[in-house]
Amino acid sequence: MDFSRISRRHLLQGSAALTLGTAFGARSAAAADTTIGFIYVGSRDDYGYNQAHAQGAAALKKMPGLKVVEEEKVPETDAVEKTIESMINLDGASLLFPTSFGYYNPHMIKMANKFPKLHFEHCGGLWSDKDPKNAGSYFGYIDEAQYISGIVAGYSTKSGKLGFVAAKPIPQVLRNINAFTLGAKLANPKATTQVIFTGDWSMPVKEAEATNSLIDQGVDVLTCHVDGPKTMVENAARRGAMVCGYHVNQSPLAPKAYLTGAEWNWEALYPKFVKMIAAGEAIPNFYRGGLKEEIVKCSPYGEAVSAEARKHADDIKAKLTAGTYTIFKGPIMDNKGKAVITAGTDRGQKDPELEKMDYLVEGVIGATS
Amino acid sequence: MTTDVADPAEAAGIAPAADSGFLQRYGVTIEYILIPGAALLGALGVFGIFVALFGKSPLDLYFYMYQGAFGTWFSWQNTLTRAAPLILTALCTALPAQLGMVIIGGEGALLIGALAATSAALAMPWAPPLVVQIAMVCAGMIGGGLWIMLAGGLRQYRGVNETISSLLLVYIALAILNHLVEGMMRDPASLNKPSTREIGAANMIGSIPGTDVHWGLVFGVMAAVASYILIYHTVFGFAARVAGGNIRAAKIVGLGVSKLILTICFLAGACAGLAGMVEVAAVQGRTNANLAAGYGFTGILVAFLARQNPLAVIPVAILLGGISASGGLLQRRLGLPDASVLVLQGIIFVFVLASDALYGRIGFLKGKS
Repeated sequence: MDFSRISRRHLLQGSAALTLGTAFGARSAAAADTTIGFIYVGSRDDYGYNQAHAQGAAALKKMPGLKVVEEEKVPETDAVEKTIESMINLDGASLLFPTSFGYYNPHMIKMANKFPKLHFEHCGGLWSDKDPKNAGSYFGYIDEAQYISGIVAGYSTKSGKLGFVAAKPIPQVLRNINAFTLGAKLANPKATTQVIFTGDWSMPVKEAEATNSLIDQGVDVLTCHVDGPKTMVENAARRGAMVCGYHVNQSPLAPKAYLTGAEWNWEALYPKFVKMIAAGEAIPNFYRGGLKEEIVKCSPYGEAVSAEARKHADDIKAKLTAGTYTIFKGPIMDNKGKAVITAGTDRGQKDPELEKMDYLVEGVIGATS
Repeated sequence: MTTDVADPAEAAGIAPAADSGFLQRYGVTIEYILIPGAALLGALGVFGIFVALFGKSPLDLYFYMYQGAFGTWFSWQNTLTRAAPLILTALCTALPAQLGMVIIGGEGALLIGALAATSAALAMPWAPPLVVQIAMVCAGMIGGGLWIMLAGGLRQYRGVNETISSLLLVYIALAILNHLVEGMMRDPASLNKPSTREIGAANMIGSIPGTDVHWGLVFGVMAAVASYILIYHTVFGFAARVAGGNIRAAKIVGLGVSKLILTICFLAGACAGLAGMVEVAAVQGRTNANLAAGYGFTGILVAFLARQNPLAVIPVAILLGGISASGGLLQRRLGLPDASVLVLQGIIFVFVLASDALYGRIGFLKGKS
């Protein structure tokens, strides 16, 4: 017996679970054993990446018989290995969600090898055949929701100038910028997106500077891809610009300026995962999806969105949800005049080429390096 | 202080009471243990009140802190793993402090050390692991050493304040690291997390046998002991302390102050650089932005709490390692935010600094003279 698992609180909980078990029958007592651990790289109320995951964790807390333990601001070093082990040894966690990209390799892989009987689900990693079978990676094609944001932004802009505050020129971010721009061009073929890279995931000062400088240049609708969109949303709203959100619904921060936003839908996915495990089904090690699979969603439209914009956006959203629409459909030129997707080539959401994206499409003002 | 009238007679003829002799001999040492210990207890007391204000039981708090940091064998390993880099980065502040310099740029030396060590490993893929590892140690130490020597040189030859310059050098180091990792040294396969290529599993230095704690702990203890001997038991160390006490006096007696400053700064940076090498060779396996995890900054705190004594750095690093190890449990069991650990660190820091005023003022420790 592992003595480290016995703690005062644990004993209390054990006895509480026992009483509950006798009260409600054996079913809940059997399920009460499942403890799920969530690990966040930033704070869980950041109105962004981490909050989206915390909302997913909150959805699990509502399910009977589950215990959720959470730890925030865990750096992407061996600290996360120790947090995982601590959740396993001291809390008895059997399913873990280390949610930051940098946790995957080598940290989570190492832990999955060390605890082969437990489940590890990682957000954003690229699981491959050589990785342990009890580990998995999931992610969403959030560019589909960004595309819808782009359509709404294209209708809402008066100057035709859109702004994008981005962290780093990596494929995931470039794909969002490109999808947003392609969406905007559906609504307004002359629309341009000016992009500013801040260099890192959480740089509030630079994000505020970027927001201001974009607005100074005539941009009137902004969106972003950074860990915490709060800075951009609040600053843009203060300056009278409109915003499209990212990660979670930021409309409480700027109710008048908020048009729509690209959101994660972890509160739908995580309960689904838990139910799959409870039913004895294997979660595919490499799990991906978009609007259709309900991994991403769009924020409800703000009051400033016109009826025309709503209609067009809803139409495309319905097609994406039905799986009959391709965003990256040739011919697509990059902003240096080179054809990156030739005419007749359709790159569907699952196309691995899109995971290697290293260009900005025509209409984006900015450079990847 | 009241002096006994009988004292002179006692001192002249009669042997002093046994415990007064003991205090005379060891009073200062006891002071060095008693005062920080009391400061720590005071800080924990205040933190307990702080936690009680949030409606949590302070007794639960102390229990979980103990359990998370030292309660089980796993907790001990967790604590020591977190302490390992702190010993080395603390020396980066503690060594120059002997010369009266306040260097706070250990983080920069750590990053440069990591980059240098990774470069060394990647430059010699043909070499046997031991050779690669030795080369990595040398490269890491030289890289970090030169980095802090730069701050020392700027102070000695150009009159630039070393505190400011060493801090600014951190940002330069981070920019260099990001530039190389996202450019020249980038592994093309690291799509969404720009990183260098991996140094290879064979070249990793692994853990101390029988534990999960990596070799950085042993390196740290060795470096701390060596620093202690250097500072307190060699002519060089004596010269450094003289220069630290009064730089003019040191110059008048003919000490080579420039040489002292550059050498000490090099050694200090070498310690932090070694910490960077260990992070690469024992934890990450490559260089990327994850390395900037703040070990260098926590090291400053450790050095000041240890009153810049290289030996005291070891227990203080373990203490802070323990606090951060137990931080996770506080979040999970008591629902405290991560920032509460920072609050505790801050309270300890203030208490220890304030307790500085007590040295030499506690009457009963002075013995009778």
